[in-house]
Amino acid sequence: MKLSERAETALAEIKKKYPAEKSAVVPALYIAQEELGCLNEEALAWVAERTGVQPAHVRELASFYSMFYSRRLGRYNIQVCRTLPCALRGAEKIVEYLRDRFGLKPGQVSADGMWSYEEVECLGSCGTAPVCRINDHYFENLTPQKLALIIERLTVEKPDLSYSTILDSLGVGLKDYPKSEIV
Amino acid sequence: MGNHRQILLANIKEADQHTLAGYESRGGYSVIRRVLGMEPLKAIEEVKKSGLRGRGGAGFPTGVKWSYVPRNSRKPVYVVQNADEGEPGTFKDRLLLERDPHLCIEGMLICAWAVQSRRSFIYMRGEYCFPYMRVNQALADCYRAGYLGDNIFGSGFSHHMTLHRGAGAYICGEETALLESLEGKKGQPRLKPPFFPALAGLYGCPTVVNNTETLAACVRVFELGAEAYAQIGTAKSKGTKLISAAGHINRPGVYEIELGYPLERFIAEECGGVWHGRKLKAVLVGGSSFPVLRADELAGVNLDYESLQAAGSALGSGALIVMDETTDMLAAACNIARFYAHESCGQCTPCREGAGWVAKIFDRLAAGRGVVGDIELIESVCGQIAGHTICAFGDAVALAAQGFIRKFPEEFKARIKGAGKHLPNGAEDVSRLKGV
Repeated sequence: MKLSERAETALAEIKKKYPAEKSAVVPALYIAQEELGCLNEEALAWVAERTGVQPAHVRELASFYSMFYSRRLGRYNIQVCRTLPCALRGAEKIVEYLRDRFGLKPGQVSADGMWSYEEVECLGSCGTAPVCRINDHYFENLTPQKLALIIERLTVEKPDLSYSTILDSLGVGLKDYPKSEIV
Repeated sequence: MGNHRQILLANIKEADQHTLAGYESRGGYSVIRRVLGMEPLKAIEEVKKSGLRGRGGAGFPTGVKWSYVPRNSRKPVYVVQNADEGEPGTFKDRLLLERDPHLCIEGMLICAWAVQSRRSFIYMRGEYCFPYMRVNQALADCYRAGYLGDNIFGSGFSHHMTLHRGAGAYICGEETALLESLEGKKGQPRLKPPFFPALAGLYGCPTVVNNTETLAACVRVFELGAEAYAQIGTAKSKGTKLISAAGHINRPGVYEIELGYPLERFIAEECGGVWHGRKLKAVLVGGSSFPVLRADELAGVNLDYESLQAAGSALGSGALIVMDETTDMLAAACNIARFYAHESCGQCTPCREGAGWVAKIFDRLAAGRGVVGDIELIESVCGQIAGHTICAFGDAVALAAQGFIRKFPEEFKARIKGAGKHLPNGAEDVSRLKGV
């Protein structure tokens, strides 16, 4: 099977950066996930074929790393950090707000396909806790009120919040919103 | 960022520091130009003389690590920057990667020259997309400027650098797991020996793995001179260290301190004290992987490798998680235990199973279903994990859990209902835990 021309080209370029083809399995998984929405059978088969790695090994990696998904997420996947530093500064309130707002269980996708949420471990943003990672953008120093406004803006503005391995670029995010609040 | 002597963070507040022009306007890439004219072995000697030790957690002397790389190896030599920052409470590398990416690159080039490596990798955690883009741009600019690639800085030396994105696994911060991951495998730590990847690392070749902050500090070592750098800090803990301060404090953030700075003073002054005017109850220093320290244990403890070790903790990655008097230590223990249960890579049975049991028993205590013997059971499970695993993750599971129950025993005992039957040797009987 074949993915889009740009996906095939992107992987070919990435492979050149490594002394061994096998090192490109993780980037290839990112590409397949981006292109097909999740790592389904087709995606895994493509990665195995392109990297010369056993299909079983590809499947093993896809299940080992938490950033790979076998099912589609919402257009905006909200990851709430609930590890100790965030928990000490009110992560629970963020989790409660999201549960109330969407009525979703972790991993579940809203009926309109727009939202999903997960509870995750330390995102490395403890100084600006509590924090959410929505697709590939961080939203820091959160309160339920602040998050409500962000969600409202996402609903209306529908910005690109994702990193694209194929294009090697990060979505522009919310206009005039800080990309990082770390101090 | 505090008001201390800023060495590593000297330019961090400059708005254009992340750009090549901004970095060079403040002396950037002048150090590597000079180092490229030095004998590689002399460069290693300088780093040894500076007393610089690893800033990622283990605190191993950097120059000594570099000196283990065999000279005239017929295999390629690799340098890997460990930017897989994932220890709870740690976010200092993120600051460097976002705001001063060229400093992280220049430090790597120094290492590359010292160990005569033509190829290096920056392994960054997958979640860090904004810092990833900053480093990505910095690398592209370096290639364009001739600072990376063939014949860098016109020196005749060639070096290629690749930015690699992880995919979500705390364990990949362990250097051999990181190498496995970079080779396209599951990130599971390697059996030791060899104890150092310097002998057999990436693709079985000599490899140096250093933390982002360590490599950035190398630039300062050569900028100031090894002797001047060694004047900073204490007798055995040289230089400055980034501290990521989080939790119940008024001013969380990344601070640069001179090693040996008093911990209590750091919390009171730099961090603005405990929030809401409350009293301090406990701190986790060095991340979550070491025993918690009670407020009454902090007198006379300094932020350096030796002092924290003597206090029964560790400097580790330089994380500081502060907990005020209202903190429920059982809830904190549950949180950390869940983290480890989630992040165990699953390779060694004692850790894979044990981390899960520890989390389950803490959860049961928190849910009011604890039984007599549970605390002893946690101790027993921890005893079976610690020292019985390939990497230090297992020890961390045990140290963290034991820290909480030993330092705050009354809080844990109070949660036991006494509903279950007391087993004098109950710790051995895990069968009754089924269905917890």
